[in-house]
Amino acid sequence: MNTSIKVLIVDDFATMRRILKNILKQLGFKNLLEADDGTTAMETLEKNDIDLVISDWNMPKMTGLELLKWVRANKKYAKTPFLMVTAEAQKQNVIEAVQAGVSNYVVKPFTAEAISEKLKKILK
Amino acid sequence: MEAKLINPFINATLHVLETMAFMKVRPGKPYLKKDNVAKGDVTGVIGLTGAANGTISVTFQEKCILAIVSNMLGEEMRHLNGDIADAVGELTNMVSGQARKELEGLGRVFKAAIPSVIMGRSHSIAHYTNGPRIAIPFSTDNGDFTIEVCFER
Repeated sequence: MNTSIKVLIVDDFATMRRILKNILKQLGFKNLLEADDGTTAMETLEKNDIDLVISDWNMPKMTGLELLKWVRANKKYAKTPFLMVTAEAQKQNVIEAVQAGVSNYVVKPFTAEAISEKLKKILK
Repeated sequence: MEAKLINPFINATLHVLETMAFMKVRPGKPYLKKDNVAKGDVTGVIGLTGAANGTISVTFQEKCILAIVSNMLGEEMRHLNGDIADAVGELTNMVSGQARKELEGLGRVFKAAIPSVIMGRSHSIAHYTNGPRIAIPFSTDNGDFTIEVCFER
């Protein structure tokens, strides 16, 4: 797993961004950027070359699903790995995310091992 | 209110705190709560719509939430502040999500709003409907917390 890539973490809760950052740092990732909602994430994506997006679903202003659709419609990011990390665990949510092109899906609450396993799969 | 609407919230709470804060939590006996005074110092509230309309709230005693967030972040938290409020919002969100997943298995589909957080001694909790408030007390080695579930009649 290439840990020198640039990762964008998107979640409206700073607590969750800190938890994810702690896990990613333990895994060896160093280039970590943050956004607290979908619209801020879009600005960060436009200004940077991001290699992996990890996003929550349920956020104010712009949801993670809307962000995923924007990412997939953007030539630069159409194939960029996108991991949804969300409390939205109902079947319809997973179906919508898959249809929109999510790379993988983690349901909150999660363990560090669960994040690590999903990242290994999508960053192969 | 049907008991089968309550159990998913108990199960969700146990799962969320065990996974994210590595804490063993002991649920007490649910009871009908008559007033709107919070049983602790900080509360997360989230609205639910769908199979029924209502709200759930999670209220923590100060000592309890400081221990929980310290475990979640791997650093000692000493005071109630914005970081704690943020964590309570996320915990409420996760309890809601896990409970809704189990409720979906019972044929009850719900959507959730963005949680809000209230902090302070003896604050009140405004549930959005006038249905019965079912309170579920929980205890930990570091203090107590209470979940309230309130669905329209």
